Amino acid sequence: MSIKSNAATVAFENVSKIYGGSVVAVDEVSFKIEAGMLVTLLGPSGCGKTTTLRMIAGLDMATNGRIHIGDEDVTKLPATDRDVSMVFQSYALFPHMTVGENVAYGLNVSGMNKSEAGDRAEDGLKLVGLTGYGDRLPSEMSGGQQQRVAVARALVLEPQVLLFDEPLSNLDAKLRRQVREEIREIQTNLGLTVVYVTHDQEEALAVSDRIIVMKNAGIAQEGTPRELYEEPANLFVADFIGDANVVTAEIRSIDGDWANVLVGNAEARLPSRGMKPGKAQVAIRPESFQISDSNIPGSIEAEVVKATYLGSHIEYTLDSAVGELFVVEPDISNPVGIGSTISVRLRDHGIALVE
Amino acid sequence: MLAQGFAIGISGWEFTTLESIFGPMDERQYGLGYGALFVSASFLFALTQGIAARGAVNGDVFVVSAIGLVVAVVAAFVFFPVLQILTSALRDNEGVYSLAVFLTKFSSHKIWGLGCLSVNVSCGAAWNSLFLAALVGAGTTFLGLAFALVATRSGWKYRRLLRALTVLPIITPPFVIGLAIILLFGLSGVITTFFADLLGVTPTRWVYGLPGILIAQMLAYTPIAFLVLIGVVEGISPSMEEAAQTLRADNWKTFTTVSLPLMRPGLANAFLLGFIESMADFGNPLVLGGNFDVLSTEIFFAIVGAQNDQGMAAVLAIVLLSFTLSAFFLQRKWLGRKTYTTVTGKGDSGVPAILPRRVRYPVFSITLGWTAMTLVIYFMILFGGFVEIWGLDHTLTFKHYITAFSISFTEEGILWTGSAWNSFWTTITIAMTAAPLTAMVGLLTAYLLVRQVFTGKQVFEFGTMLSFAIPGTVIGVSYIIAFNVPPFELTGTAVILVICFVFRNMPVGVRAGIAAMSQLDKSLDEASLTLGANSWYTLRKVVLPLLRPAIIAALVYSFVRAMTAISAVIFLVSAEHNMATAYIIGRVENNDYGLAIAYSTVLIFVMLTAVVTFQLVVGERKLGRRVERGQAESVIKQGEPA
Repeated sequence: MSIKSNAATVAFENVSKIYGGSVVAVDEVSFKIEAGMLVTLLGPSGCGKTTTLRMIAGLDMATNGRIHIGDEDVTKLPATDRDVSMVFQSYALFPHMTVGENVAYGLNVSGMNKSEAGDRAEDGLKLVGLTGYGDRLPSEMSGGQQQRVAVARALVLEPQVLLFDEPLSNLDAKLRRQVREEIREIQTNLGLTVVYVTHDQEEALAVSDRIIVMKNAGIAQEGTPRELYEEPANLFVADFIGDANVVTAEIRSIDGDWANVLVGNAEARLPSRGMKPGKAQVAIRPESFQISDSNIPGSIEAEVVKATYLGSHIEYTLDSAVGELFVVEPDISNPVGIGSTISVRLRDHGIALVE
Repeated sequence: MLAQGFAIGISGWEFTTLESIFGPMDERQYGLGYGALFVSASFLFALTQGIAARGAVNGDVFVVSAIGLVVAVVAAFVFFPVLQILTSALRDNEGVYSLAVFLTKFSSHKIWGLGCLSVNVSCGAAWNSLFLAALVGAGTTFLGLAFALVATRSGWKYRRLLRALTVLPIITPPFVIGLAIILLFGLSGVITTFFADLLGVTPTRWVYGLPGILIAQMLAYTPIAFLVLIGVVEGISPSMEEAAQTLRADNWKTFTTVSLPLMRPGLANAFLLGFIESMADFGNPLVLGGNFDVLSTEIFFAIVGAQNDQGMAAVLAIVLLSFTLSAFFLQRKWLGRKTYTTVTGKGDSGVPAILPRRVRYPVFSITLGWTAMTLVIYFMILFGGFVEIWGLDHTLTFKHYITAFSISFTEEGILWTGSAWNSFWTTITIAMTAAPLTAMVGLLTAYLLVRQVFTGKQVFEFGTMLSFAIPGTVIGVSYIIAFNVPPFELTGTAVILVICFVFRNMPVGVRAGIAAMSQLDKSLDEASLTLGANSWYTLRKVVLPLLRPAIIAALVYSFVRAMTAISAVIFLVSAEHNMATAYIIGRVENNDYGLAIAYSTVLIFVMLTAVVTFQLVVGERKLGRRVERGQAESVIKQGEPA
């Protein structure tokens, strides 16, 4: 396989993008993406993630701040001159060119001779499993195949950074899973630097080395998928990634980096995150509860309001002293009836103090 | 030229400064030649290089240069002449500036007189024009709506044929309808004499004046309103009407409370279009006007008549311009915000509501009646060319065709002996030169408007669309005033005709381009950019190939419009470069209707061929892109000047 990687880092230093003098799309954002990593920009619509991606591509120009790709300052460089390629949400395959011509387009632009470009395009198609499709028109291919052509077209240029703008949003659910695994596989095999935009938190958790969660034109939290899920820094991240029960708790004492926290009658030992004793908010994942129908001291007492059987697990809605709780219970062999009183204990992961 | 611009661009900054120092000097020179054109183009591109280097539009040299080019040519050939009109209106015949002269001319009884309300004299030309335009606007909108409803909502078997009517105004020179009306209703017209004999009264010249112009313009512009309103009626999402019906509204209620209100902006648009077209129309009032003076013809007579008063023409032009511009502003300001077109990308599988009975029957009878009248008119045009002398001697003859289009074969080759050949070939040559230029400028402008973001884009857009609202007569007068003296001495040349057509028809190219380009997802351009292509390469390899149908449309329509134009042309033709339409008008003024009609028929058939060929080529699109590509190329080659 002749396609290799020229992976480079991407760094933002206090980058802002202001439209029309007043609309702030991205506000003083700084981050660094290591070479060979797949980093996801995750957030709800309008949070600035696509604008950030377009600024890496050079399709939008930063109003303030500096952008570096590798060792080069590319802040003022237009898209044409950046060594970056992008896979678009709509794929943006040129409908008047064959698949082969599409994939070879970037190579031809950069002055490679026709036959060499053709060979490279064939390599690219092979990489995405579309050998022999070069003479088709994009309109003669399925959505998933078009998507792969778009990936091949971006890959053959061996860019320093490969960008994906919501690449799976036009595919059906089954295909989505398959394609995202393929993208991840190619990325790991070639060691590419990939920046990936999505609003789907499950997709982000599945593909990423690191995730940058964005909110209101800024970064809400950055970290590995595990860090974000188990230790969300704030309410927004806790709520946006997975489901979270946000309850009021009391920090009884601080012991170095640790805090002793009381949720209802249940005790927990959590990273203190610089908080002081007193009232605080805690985010608890639905699967971080342990329920039992016997009365256990040091637990939260609750009444079952709703129980939904979902095959692999049961979802309970509980009414407790600390408020309504949403619980996912993997043990389906001992269902608890609606109206019964139960004890809820806390497991030792998936619980975090949040701001 | 471009290469030169880029070559100088290396030291671009110095030249930019030089230009600002020496630029104004040009004004004192005698007519600018090709050298000056070359130099100023170089300066322009040197300047744009400099601006691009400073980082405007992401430092994209091609885009900045393109913007600079379009701004420069629009300024030179649209704004400069119009400004000249404004200043010349303030001058008396000796060239001295005087506000008093302007005011006297402006408040002239001929423009604003209201005598017709009380006594039996004719009103001022401004009131006449306004009154006529309002009537035509309302009439064409009403008829256009009837046609659109029948064509889209009736389920009538032959409704598709109605669409053929929309081709007619495109291929018909504007005054031809007027001619046909004379043949029907004039002093010796068929219908006039028939009724005169029947009722035993003397035939009158009743048709000359308001009635004649009104009928002619309604006939000419109803298809335009129809074309606009088809889009509007089709744009109403059937699910809106289905929603109303599920909410217990019957057909009539649905029509009056949902369908009609949704059409309102479209109706206003059609009205304003009819209004502007009527205001700008020159051919029909000239042929049929009688004592009913309208602004467009008054401008003409102020220049060519015994008065030869350029100032008066300029004043009249200003009045006319302010009317059409107000309508244009109104259309853009008011309608720009309210578009109720409910077409979305989502599939809409609903069925449009059937017209309620009390709408359907009137609409059908109006449509059929008006179609019949249109057919009669066109039959007259065809027939009129084969008749010896209309009204006196109805013997069939080829005389007029022979006079106009005779050919002798001699030993040296073919001799074009007919009297019309000269103007015919001039027209074809000029139209063919203007068409590709129009398409180029129009599509380039559309590309900049749709695809690029830059400061002052709105002003830029407004400026380029403005020439649509400037009536041809005003353009004609302004070109005479602006390009008769240094630095631009162009009057009497073929160049001025070509330039005039390019900028008159530019909005057609811009619109075709904008419509087509809006359908192309912007990510196609962006994909090309991120793959390392620059914007010029992207335009050539991605955008233009996908715009082929739009390019052909722009070529054909600017060709056809150049052939049918009369209003601006009549001021700009010369003995050496006479145009077909001007020649025909000349024949009409000599009461030589037979020849005029025969020539018009030939023009209509030439243009019909062009339009039908185009329709066939674009129709082929569905068969496959490969086939279409080959054909499209051959058509473009035909459109290029020999």
